[in-house]
Amino acid sequence: MGPPQLLGFVGPTVNWWALLPQMILLGAALTILLVSALAPQRTSPAFTTTTTLCSAITSFIVAIGLWNDVKTDGPSSSIASAFGIDGFSIFFTILILIGLAATALLSHGYLDREGIDPPEFHALLLCSAAGAIVMASANDLIVMFLGLEALSIGIYVMIAMHHRRSEARESAIKYFVLGAFSSAFLLYGIALTYGATGSTNLVHVRNYLDAVVFRDQHLLMAAMALLLVGLSFKVAAAPFHFWAPDVYQGAPSPVTGWMASIAKAAGFAALLRIFFAGFASHDVDWAPIVGVLALITLAVGAIMAILQTDVKRMLAFSSVSHAGYVLVAVHSASAKGTSAALFYLFTYTLMVLGTFAVVGAMGNDDEHPLSRYAGLGRTRPVLAIGFTVLLLAQAGIPVTSGFIAKFQVIAAAVDNESYFIAGVAMVTAVISAFMYLRIVMAMYVVDDEKEDSSSTWHWSTSVVVIATVSFTILIGVIPQFLIEFAEDAVPILIRG
Amino acid sequence: MQLLAAQSASSFPVLNALIIVPIIGALVVVSLPNSRPELMRPVGAIFASISAALSLYVMAQFSIHEAGFQFQSIQSWIPSLGINWHVGVDGISLWLVVLTGLITPIVLIAVDPHHDPKPYTAWLLLLQAGSFGAFLALDLFLFFVMFEIVLVPMYMLIGGWGYDDRRYAATKFFLYTMAGSALMLVAIVSVATLSAGDQDITFNVIELAQRQALSTNTARLCFLAFALAFVIKVPIVPVHTWLPDAHTQAPTAGSVVLAAVMLKLGTYGLLRFGLYLFPEASVWAAPTLATLGVIGVIYGAIVATMQKDLKRLVAYSSVAHMGFIILGIFAFTTQSLEGGVLQMINHGLSTGALFLMVGMLYERRKTRAIEELNGIQSAAPIFAGFFTVVMLSSIGVPGLNGFVGEFLVLIGSYETRRWWTVIAATGVILAALYLLWAYQRVFHGEPAPDDEKTPDLTFKEGLVLAPFILGIVFLGLYPKPLIERIEPAVNNLISHLEHHSDYVQPDLGAPVVVDIDRVSEDDH
Repeated sequence: MGPPQLLGFVGPTVNWWALLPQMILLGAALTILLVSALAPQRTSPAFTTTTTLCSAITSFIVAIGLWNDVKTDGPSSSIASAFGIDGFSIFFTILILIGLAATALLSHGYLDREGIDPPEFHALLLCSAAGAIVMASANDLIVMFLGLEALSIGIYVMIAMHHRRSEARESAIKYFVLGAFSSAFLLYGIALTYGATGSTNLVHVRNYLDAVVFRDQHLLMAAMALLLVGLSFKVAAAPFHFWAPDVYQGAPSPVTGWMASIAKAAGFAALLRIFFAGFASHDVDWAPIVGVLALITLAVGAIMAILQTDVKRMLAFSSVSHAGYVLVAVHSASAKGTSAALFYLFTYTLMVLGTFAVVGAMGNDDEHPLSRYAGLGRTRPVLAIGFTVLLLAQAGIPVTSGFIAKFQVIAAAVDNESYFIAGVAMVTAVISAFMYLRIVMAMYVVDDEKEDSSSTWHWSTSVVVIATVSFTILIGVIPQFLIEFAEDAVPILIRG
Repeated sequence: MQLLAAQSASSFPVLNALIIVPIIGALVVVSLPNSRPELMRPVGAIFASISAALSLYVMAQFSIHEAGFQFQSIQSWIPSLGINWHVGVDGISLWLVVLTGLITPIVLIAVDPHHDPKPYTAWLLLLQAGSFGAFLALDLFLFFVMFEIVLVPMYMLIGGWGYDDRRYAATKFFLYTMAGSALMLVAIVSVATLSAGDQDITFNVIELAQRQALSTNTARLCFLAFALAFVIKVPIVPVHTWLPDAHTQAPTAGSVVLAAVMLKLGTYGLLRFGLYLFPEASVWAAPTLATLGVIGVIYGAIVATMQKDLKRLVAYSSVAHMGFIILGIFAFTTQSLEGGVLQMINHGLSTGALFLMVGMLYERRKTRAIEELNGIQSAAPIFAGFFTVVMLSSIGVPGLNGFVGEFLVLIGSYETRRWWTVIAATGVILAALYLLWAYQRVFHGEPAPDDEKTPDLTFKEGLVLAPFILGIVFLGLYPKPLIERIEPAVNNLISHLEHHSDYVQPDLGAPVVVDIDRVSEDDH
């Protein structure tokens, strides 16, 4: 089948098979919208959740097939090298699909409880997931930008969907305004990259930078700075994190989980592809800046987290400090560092999804005080121990995936001789551990015996919590296969 | 390496079993039905006893005159990162393993948690597994995992079954230790990475100790990072403040295991990873650490004298005793190191028993305040008798175990750290002061009406304390079985030190205890 032709314009060849995962998601989104519009009565929540889950599973199977293709035939790219098909893109596709399935399950109970219409929510979630996959796979900065917008616009609306709560609307506006702001930075960075290298395609950018020695690289430096700022907003790295606590607090918990996990992972995917793969030859220019960003992020995340009284705000700052950890790995600008970052993102995503599953089930009032968890250890021992595992994993305690992830980041930093950054990372981990321990203590040490359980557990919450906790412990004990998976997923830029 | 693997494959991996049995026990306990709370502790005690029996088996099978690691077992764990599951035991860790094995079942039988027996039993078993792992690990990564993971059960025990201020104490305990080990992780990775050179990266302690590939300054920095983690755990004076809080707020079982087993992770870590991996840096840092140890001896003793709470007093006496061990370790002579290792066991026995008895007293009287207790001796004479023996052992009276350890430390340290030893020796007197004074106030005097009703030791409590008393007396009279197993490992460590630094052990003649035997053989 040759390239499609229209009025003499020759379009690029498209590898439809590689695009299948996100096309399935978009198809599912359209199906949900269509059925809900045409169905005589209100579509049942079971239908939308099942459709979303089925599409996620189908995409997952396709992604596994693609992974095997890449393993046997090597990486490739499609649509005029704009869309990369390598271990990296499929790694993130798989991660995003897992996140999608978990969020769909969590929102099932949540939407039911809060009386929100499910079809629109699920359609937006599916579009957002497709956007995230495009963002992680794009070899071209413009395509990456499109993916980012698809991801973000879905999230803006999902936050605001809880229209009876003013906090949700406030969060949505805040996230929208700052998101648009950061998109502007990113877009300007893309424009300057085009100015400096003559292309928005990362394959071309990389080859150009390899071949050309600049007499004056101010334009390129400005481009890198703007791209970094734009993406730092998305991953909530300090000092571009100010939106995170407010938005995390106000957003519905399943959406917070989605933002903290998948939006962040996709942001880092873009960061790694642009900087590690695209600007590889200029790592002496960008790595120190990323290092400073990592230090600030680690410190701000850890210190601000222990000052919070609201659990969702605590977790927002904890997600900031996790971004700092991933930045430490990015800073080392090596294959080892990149696979450490990928491992970290994978394990962190599952931890955070499980964490917000519990948080979401603990009620959705305007505030989320620590006292709400009082006595959970007695009233719901199994889920309390699950939540404890997830929190300790985030603190980096051994026998959880969080420890292996931190260990690899430290190993990458030491390999790069960044001892100071490694030390700071470990010390801030101790500071943030205090915050996790506060939550654990609240569950187990009760001063006055009171039966206060406003929590509403839905079976779907339990599924997500059990799955994420099992994964967290499994990877903590036998991490080898995930390490190999991450090692095979280091991004490769390739033409055709 | 291949030879070792072949060896381990041929025999039963008893050390792995030591770690796994308590974990299985914890899982079994967790799966017991909630409607049968009375089953939890007995079932837990059975599993703890199986591992106790296994630790005794290790002791029996341990070959006396071998200095290296025995019962080694290596399995590949995370090949991408060069990490193996590697365990082994030598004369230094052997007795700590036995102590860990014996303490846990005793504690499980002895101490009633009063509520939630299921998680209590499970956490204690996991604590046992983690402690075994930490003492047996010969892979730095595995050691770190075990060293940190033991925090979780202890944290849960203090938080769940402790006294009024448990929230503060548990969090402080956790964060102090974690803060110490934070930089140790960076150092572990640095040692492994920098020692690798052209070879594969490895976390194997034996391998790394032999390579000695780090430059002097790097090794010193790494040593400091390791030492920080261990001195917090010991604890040495400026960083000891978590210990009185943790001990006082912890339930009795927690205090006993904390004192008997977990504090030893610090001193053991200094021996196994400080001296062994960084010989030159250890010699370099020895004066400072020995000084801190001596400060601990004196400071702990003085502060203990001032305490109003019996449990806090015992906690501060731990600070003093552990200071002795630090002095012994950083005096680098055969006797001082032997004394240090022996003193770890002695401290486990005497302080463990003291905490257990203070706990029994609290059960009877619901108070630990020294001024509220008076003349217990007349109401509970047997209890007072047991307490006296344990207390005398803690003071270091000849004929009991404490004397042997302290004497070896002092005689060994005198040659290389004379003035430190002179000051530390006064600590022995101070120990007599605070313990005897406390004993006098609590057990002597006119009993108030409450005191008169204090029940005496029950038969079961006597049975629980009997192993401690037996150990105290036996080791006081006949420490040879321990010393002859400790000595080859200690000599090995010292020759390792001499080989990799400019330190030379002064010639002290043959070690004291073995000498006596040889004389008697010559007579025949």
